[in-house]
Amino acid sequence: MNTADQYVKAIYLLQQMEDGPASTGDLADRLEVSPASANEMIGKLESRGLAEHEKYKGVTLTDDGIVRARDALQTYCIIERFLANVLSVEEFRTEARELEPVIDDLVAERLDTIIDRNPECPDCFDPETDACCHLDLAERAEVGEQRAD
Amino acid sequence: MSVGHQVDSDHQLARLLQIGIVLEEVVEARSYHHYQSLDDARLDPEIESLLEHAAEESAEHRERLEDLIDQLDAESVPFEQIEALVEAQYGSTEPDDFDDVLYDQLCNEETAYKFYDDLVGALRASDATFGIDRDRLVDVLVGIREEEADGVEAVTRIMNNRS
Repeated sequence: MNTADQYVKAIYLLQQMEDGPASTGDLADRLEVSPASANEMIGKLESRGLAEHEKYKGVTLTDDGIVRARDALQTYCIIERFLANVLSVEEFRTEARELEPVIDDLVAERLDTIIDRNPECPDCFDPETDACCHLDLAERAEVGEQRAD
Repeated sequence: MSVGHQVDSDHQLARLLQIGIVLEEVVEARSYHHYQSLDDARLDPEIESLLEHAAEESAEHRERLEDLIDQLDAESVPFEQIEALVEAQYGSTEPDDFDDVLYDQLCNEETAYKFYDDLVGALRASDATFGIDRDRLVDVLVGIREEEADGVEAVTRIMNNRS
């Protein structure tokens, strides 16, 4: 998944959580990049017609941006589901974030042939828990993470 | 989330190699299923040979990846596990005819090529030290990638001849 896709996905999820535009600061925090880097990429997304930025309010995806974000989220769901259900990775959220930049959509589609993904995907993705709500291990992993804290 | 395309730890590398193994296992299992799904009267020697070669090559790639994973002290993914998953999902994606079989094989080869190409690119972009010799690692992956490229060519050639 390329960098632009990671940004539109993050904006999409922040917009869902905020029920409004995503702030540049929240976006930078979520992606663990500097605000300057986030601003630079927002400018690129605007020039590609994927997002609109309003000063003091934040970033909003355009219709094209939403389509792209949902595709990216679907790819991310496949990676999470594959890690959790096929490889039984307990820290599947952390690992999915690490692997996301290196796994291409084409590869995710092939992995999708062996996972039982819900037809409503990516609406199944819960931005608060950062996981698919139908994921078999979601509950167990969450308990594990809480214990680790 | 780290934004970028780098591989910087043994753990991440091992996980990516595991994904490579799973992709090879998917090819192997699907080739076998395609072969089984075509009855004797419909078997085409050219496609039969293609599927046989694809399954053999994937098994061989898997062994090379397993050898790398062993050196990283990580575990492989049992073929039986992936075969069962392919079987469980196969009904909904079963190809109807030869064209579908060829198209599926093309997707397999293209996907594998893209995976190894991205992985080699990410390794070359990273200056991390791994618990395995980097040159050898890249050589193995480049070798597999080139065989996947040959596979794409072979399927495309058959598709063109049949159209």
